Amino acid sequence: MESVRRVAGRALPLGRADVDTDQIIPSHWLKRIERTGYAPGLFEAWRADPSFVMNDARYRGAAILLAGRNFGSGSSREHAAWALLESGFRAVIAPRFADIFRSNALKNGLVPVELPDETVTTLVAAVERDPTLEIAIDVERRTVTAPAAGVSATFPLDDHARQRLLEGLDDIALTLRHERDIAAYEARRPQWLPRVR
Amino acid sequence: MGSTLSQKVWERHVVRRAGGEPDLVYIDLHLVHEVTSPQAFEGLRLAKRGVRRPELVLATMDHNVPTNEEPAEPISARQIAEMARNAAEFGIVCYPMGDANQGIVHVISPQMGLTQPGMTIVCGDSHTATHGALGALAWGIGTSEIEHVLATQTLAQPTPGTMAVTVDGRLPKDCAAKDVILGIIARIGTTGGVGKVIEYRGSTIRALSMDGRMTVCNMSIEAGARAGMIAPDDTTFAFLEGRPFAPKGALWERALDEWRSLPTDAGAAFDREVKIDARELRPYVSWGTNPAQTVTIDERVPDPDALATDARDAARRALRYMALAPGTPVRDIAVDAVFIGSCTNSRLEDLRAASEVVRGRRVKDGIRALVVPGSMKVKLDAEREGLDRVFQEAGFEWRGAGCSMCLGMNPDVLRPGERCASTSNRNFEGRQGPGGRTHLVSPTVAAATAIAGHFALPADLR
Ligand code: SF4
Repeated sequence: MESVRRVAGRALPLGRADVDTDQIIPSHWLKRIERTGYAPGLFEAWRADPSFVMNDARYRGAAILLAGRNFGSGSSREHAAWALLESGFRAVIAPRFADIFRSNALKNGLVPVELPDETVTTLVAAVERDPTLEIAIDVERRTVTAPAAGVSATFPLDDHARQRLLEGLDDIALTLRHERDIAAYEARRPQWLPRVR
Repeated sequence: MGSTLSQKVWERHVVRRAGGEPDLVYIDLHLVHEVTSPQAFEGLRLAKRGVRRPELVLATMDHNVPTNEEPAEPISARQIAEMARNAAEFGIVCYPMGDANQGIVHVISPQMGLTQPGMTIVCGDSHTATHGALGALAWGIGTSEIEHVLATQTLAQPTPGTMAVTVDGRLPKDCAAKDVILGIIARIGTTGGVGKVIEYRGSTIRALSMDGRMTVCNMSIEAGARAGMIAPDDTTFAFLEGRPFAPKGALWERALDEWRSLPTDAGAAFDREVKIDARELRPYVSWGTNPAQTVTIDERVPDPDALATDARDAARRALRYMALAPGTPVRDIAVDAVFIGSCTNSRLEDLRAASEVVRGRRVKDGIRALVVPGSMKVKLDAEREGLDRVFQEAGFEWRGAGCSMCLGMNPDVLRPGERCASTSNRNFEGRQGPGGRTHLVSPTVAAATAIAGHFALPADLR
């Protein structure tokens, strides 16, 4: 994973609550065995509607997605994070994320930014008024600023997750440093636990 | 103070705890399927890493496989072949299409006795909470985490919060386990469990069979929860005893001692508690595009203007997608298709209940009706009881095991605009195929609906 210190750019005002991962990337895209090639599937069904906000040329090139409560609910498919990243998004701002999506996003360097409902509503309205409005997310300081919208806020991100984003660390390599702890745990696992073979 | 069931299982699996870091926990069983794993195996190959404990991994093929004995189309076939290749290369047991053990990942593991109380279980699938019905702590993970578990047999995860949902009282006669969980989600909403493990408690839950408990735990994710669990009891032990992977002899006795220590201590506190009176539950039918948008079968499609302000926009959009007018009685809604299956409702008890409703009756003309057993074993058991004939004589298709029409990824899809009564767990837009309209119901309501042609209870049939 590449390190992420700062995300700055324009935003796409999706708004909607309860956006599930079936909407972000429909299941027929999941037949692929690669990690790439998902951008054309992002919000595929909604994009078929010409009035869908993503089809509005003024928002082309947005780096931040503004969404409603419970973004990324439903299926565990990490393809949702891949499709967003491949489409140029580096962060999603929402009042609340579904747990698995949040974890998948962090693993891929897509920054999940949780802000209060009112702040997200303010940002959506501001970006709808002025699609060129810039939002800046500082991972190190855990802040979101959009002076033109009058927004300056902090967002929750635990130290560990922040460090991993900042340093772009490989989780597996980190865990393998604890080989001795893992082996010690394995030595004391109860005997009755099943083995598949 | 005391600890809750989920806290006990978590504590017993902590490999490493250090300030400022999430706990590193050991994973007892890793279930793998063809759809979310190929990129994880590729990651291992690129990093020249192996699978740490292949004997703690089980692979199957379920999401993408046809259930109608036709060969898979080329793109699906490539993914299915990739699963077989990865399993062979990394020394993992895999049950391919046609194997006697094959089936939906959440159906086969409990059925073989691999899922046991007190275990940690993960799978690249959000319905992994199903295994919590046996008192395991089981949750869904993404592909990066699959790779992490394959390489290390551990996961670093923030400790989940705790939540108790207590359901007490006798369930009305026409209500099923499905109505218990749909009722719970209607009450706590799609984010009611975010960050938490829900423990289902109370006399109603205790009275459910293992199949029913799996239905309840299965849909924990639909309430946003990380997992769902039910404390193991005599029902659990009776279910497990004698299954192929269950402990035997002296080990069984030792396991029982351990399992009996798992239930939540009397003094333990939960972060959140919700109480539900089972006598107030009714058979539910979803009207919208998220699993909290439900009403009882006796009600009407709601008027968005009468809902809470923050629910109105979503309700309007959902009704537009579902092509439903506010005020329509649920029983007046006609369907084009009926799907009985999925990891929520494809076990033997579900098929028995549905078959009793359709026995000697005929599916309404023009309705496409499918029964898809959750595993090859469920299929065989059902056939031994003659359920396949009951369904087929009524006009249902009787299929092989798999996810089928639950997710619109294999040949079983709704056509745009088609309306389906489905025993699955998700009514998202396009979930069963682009433009398809899904209504979540219990197996008996699905069966009665297939006969009546519109939403119905078994008692409504003449
Ligand atoms: S039956 Fe449906 S919900 Fe269950 S594992 Fe398969 S696709 Fe997922």
